[in-house]
Amino acid sequence: MDRLTRLLEAALFAAARPVTLDELRRLDPDAAEIDLRAALASLRLRYDEGGHGVELAELADGWQILTRPELADALAQAQLVERPRRLSTAAMETLALIAYRQPVGRLEIEEVRGVAADGVLRLLQDRGLVEVVGRGEGLGRPLLYGTTPLFLELLGLNVLGDLPRVDELAVALTPPAAENAVEGA
Amino acid sequence: MTLVAASADEPAFVVRLAEFSGPLDLLLTLIREQEIDITDIPISQIADQFVAAIHRLGLNQAADYLDMAARLLRIKVQMLLPRRLEDDEWEDPRAELVRRLLEYEQIREIVGWLVDRATLRADRFARGWAPEAPERPAAPLVLDLPSLLRAVEDVLRGMPQPVLHRVVPRPLDVEGATRRIEGLLAERERFDLRDAFGDAPTIADVISTLLAILELARVGRLHLAQQTPFSPVDVHRGSIDQAA
Repeated sequence: MDRLTRLLEAALFAAARPVTLDELRRLDPDAAEIDLRAALASLRLRYDEGGHGVELAELADGWQILTRPELADALAQAQLVERPRRLSTAAMETLALIAYRQPVGRLEIEEVRGVAADGVLRLLQDRGLVEVVGRGEGLGRPLLYGTTPLFLELLGLNVLGDLPRVDELAVALTPPAAENAVEGA
Repeated sequence: MTLVAASADEPAFVVRLAEFSGPLDLLLTLIREQEIDITDIPISQIADQFVAAIHRLGLNQAADYLDMAARLLRIKVQMLLPRRLEDDEWEDPRAELVRRLLEYEQIREIVGWLVDRATLRADRFARGWAPEAPERPAAPLVLDLPSLLRAVEDVLRGMPQPVLHRVVPRPLDVEGATRRIEGLLAERERFDLRDAFGDAPTIADVISTLLAILELARVGRLHLAQQTPFSPVDVHRGSIDQAA
């Protein structure tokens, strides 16, 4: 392993969260982005092919060393790690809506789900998965919610664009913007 | 056995509510169970089933479900109303419901995807996991004798002083003043207004006495007379008093 790869490995090992490319660049100001990416790729390959218990994952717009999924049960049984608590269906529905329509207000969420959303919103905020990202126009300037980097981490996604596109879903639906236009006409 | 019977009697409201994440979830489940085309819902049938279901599940206390039941019944009524065949204006009252159901179904599909992803991710652990610290009992209290005595003193000082008895002179009220003036009138046919106030009157005494005199004058028990401005006011018995 060259020095840059060793540096990256050390940084990713020591960090408690995904480390972004910008942060990794600070390890060696002389290294070009292409060098960093090459080093990350070689590290990933080394873990994948060298029979390691960890792998290099790209998520939440950064890189993180994670244990391999096939070892999860053994680790959990030994109580050395703990899987995160699962979210309720109501919480997942709200999270899905926020992920796709952010920034989105409470009223729109309640309209789609047909139930009050304040309790679920509080829970998602407490878990750090959504946050207030602004205020909407209109009466009372309602709070608008969006997802956090922790949401991407929870799902192992790199960017929001990794979510399935709406037109890839089995259920076809006109985007809400077009609907509003029709209603307004 | 009694346990089972008891739990069956309970409304089981909270527990059942968790089965469905909302009225749309319940409605969509009913529709899917019967393999009905979502764009051509037999609304009358589904509305009845929905109402029966929320009743059975004990959801008839949840406003969100009642709201949906009311919507379904309204659509059912609208579908029953006759309409002219050539009426272009007519819009299927189910359209809004279908739109909401499709929208909700899409959310359900996304939720399925998200849950799959989250499950995969949950099998890969990052560094830095630490078990949540178990709740510790409160640390044992450490203190020496002087601080214990100080604490006792603080408690004693904070205790309210027992109220044994406090006698406060009650100011003369209008009723008391009335009685006093009636006493004066019984003794004397006429007297000076200043005599009515008594010795060293307080403000309350003066006000009460004045009010009493005015009231007695109003009902005719006494008469007031003043010869010139600022001269002493004469109070003398009224005619009614003599009659009584």
